[in-house]
Amino acid sequence: MSSRDKILTTVKGNQPEQRALPALIPPVDAAPNDPSKQFVEVLEAIGGRAFIVSGWQRIGTILKEEYAHGVRIVTSCDALAGIAEVAAHFADAHTLDNVELAVLEARFGVAENGACWITEDRMIERALPFIAQNLALVIHKKDVVATMHAAYERIGDADYGFGTFIAGPSKTADIEQSLVLGAHGPRSMTVFLVDEEMSDAGFY
Amino acid sequence: MSKKDHASLADAFNKDEPRVDWHDKTLWFIREKRDRAAQKVPEWEWLRSTASAIKDNVLSNLSEYLTQFEAQAQRNGVVVHWAADAKEHNDIVYGLLKKHGVDRMVKSKSMLTEECHLNEFLSEQGIEVIDTDLGERVVQLAGEPPSHIVLPCIHKKKEEIGEIFHEHLGTPAGNADPQFLTHAARLHLREKFLTRRAALTGVNFAIAETGEFVVCTNEGNADMGAHLADIHIACMGIEKLIPLREHLGVFLRLLTRSATGQPVTTYSSHFRRPRPGQEMHVVLVDNGRSRHLGRKDFRNSLKCIRCAACFNTCPVYRRSGGHSYHTAVAGPIGSILSPNLDMKAYSDLPFASTLCGSCSNVCPVKIDIHEQLYRWRQVIVQEGHAPAAKKMAMRTMSWVLSNPSVYHTAGKAGRWFMLNAPFTVNNGLNPWWKGRDMPEAPKESFGQWYKKNRK
Repeated sequence: MSSRDKILTTVKGNQPEQRALPALIPPVDAAPNDPSKQFVEVLEAIGGRAFIVSGWQRIGTILKEEYAHGVRIVTSCDALAGIAEVAAHFADAHTLDNVELAVLEARFGVAENGACWITEDRMIERALPFIAQNLALVIHKKDVVATMHAAYERIGDADYGFGTFIAGPSKTADIEQSLVLGAHGPRSMTVFLVDEEMSDAGFY
Repeated sequence: MSKKDHASLADAFNKDEPRVDWHDKTLWFIREKRDRAAQKVPEWEWLRSTASAIKDNVLSNLSEYLTQFEAQAQRNGVVVHWAADAKEHNDIVYGLLKKHGVDRMVKSKSMLTEECHLNEFLSEQGIEVIDTDLGERVVQLAGEPPSHIVLPCIHKKKEEIGEIFHEHLGTPAGNADPQFLTHAARLHLREKFLTRRAALTGVNFAIAETGEFVVCTNEGNADMGAHLADIHIACMGIEKLIPLREHLGVFLRLLTRSATGQPVTTYSSHFRRPRPGQEMHVVLVDNGRSRHLGRKDFRNSLKCIRCAACFNTCPVYRRSGGHSYHTAVAGPIGSILSPNLDMKAYSDLPFASTLCGSCSNVCPVKIDIHEQLYRWRQVIVQEGHAPAAKKMAMRTMSWVLSNPSVYHTAGKAGRWFMLNAPFTVNNGLNPWWKGRDMPEAPKESFGQWYKKNRK
């Protein structure tokens, strides 16, 4: 008998009698009035930062102020062509090692934990959001859900090869519980929340 | 005592009292962070009961979920392997590496591979394995196993880590700054990520419905390894299955809040299909889990999601250190999982507890940990694995307590010795005296007092 059959036979013989799945209806409706506000607060608490902006132009201005001319910025967004390398694919992801900043469009944010959900069709290469020294994600301000339950409701049966929640910069506290940002992945994480009605004078 | 059991290993750890205090405080600090995170979620108890109920359903349908997962994963282009035990698991991993002519691999955290002693096995076959989680890399360079499943080098002081890095990574002697050391490790490990063709990761959750699996890290090391490698091998115990994708909403809300007090890990990565040109393998490992499933009193421990909240809260773990458990998964949960793997070798672990119950109270999937610890004690004694000294003591006690005249004589003798020759009991030969002051002996027994005062 193969190991597969052996394992399955033993498991079947030993598994207890049928127990039903519980319903996934939380007893309290903890949805905040303004999920994007909570999202920003939590993101800042976990070492990330957020800007509420009116659109791509404003994002470009902020990034131009922060990143010196000549550093490698990679994006999938045509609107940033003036300051970044716009790409749809790289033959070898290892060549992304010198990317200073990746700017990508995530699908939505989660208020309770400051995470953004992004699928591989928005990553250019799967490695990019991890290998870049800094990461900026762009979502629409209205695309913030309250909890992880709402997040999976939104994901539904989406078909992706790879998808990930990213909550803040890569970090570790393995040395005496001292928090250090920038373990292996990005040392900083910025989320741009786009709100067309936003006046650029009043951004966070 | 020649055998390395929890008590003697804990004794060794306890020789350095300031370090024990530091270890105790560090872990309690994490427990407090967990409390604050849990208290911010008003439906926390609902989450725990729901997670526990989902896992009940998993255990009662595990064979179906396993075959469903296999079919879905295969449809996604993932190769599924089955390993009955640790040896078969190690052989499968080695076979895959050999087939691709790979002799160097990066690995992210996987307690399963610790359980299977994969690193030692691969190193004997001439394959270099680099652990890429910072804490795991520290203990790997130190030649030690992890002492905690979430915080592998929690027993090490930063000065010791500075020394290890000075020796192995060439950092300046005497530099023990966590920021600096982490940066040195980042540079050291980035080179490994960029040059290794194979990456092994653990699995936090595997979804029967979709055939995808989820890996959670804060550092991003699992993703750096997997996305830059030609071949990704993910190893998981068969109990890591959950039925539906939407169940991740429950487990991801609980996992990191329970583990470190963060609202979620930095990365919760969902792997469903290999990227073009990449090979993705999942190894489903039994290694005693199917047998454990048949133990009615103990099967609940298979619900564990490896958050380590029970470690951080345990008064014994905090004061004895992870290495005193001499097993891959230490702490209260390790003490109820390990006897299933080898009851004789781990017969000491269910006794490494005060049965205070704090572990059960913090467990995010409501495993009755302290009750199982108590039940394992019964099984271990019945099966004849209790230590000789304990068996002898129990037999003597039962003889004394069932013979009134012996009992009275023994009581009299005990009181006399404690009053007139306290050094005969206040010494290291008396296990009760260790860590306790002996009581002041009364002049007479209760029996004698009662006889005198009965009117």
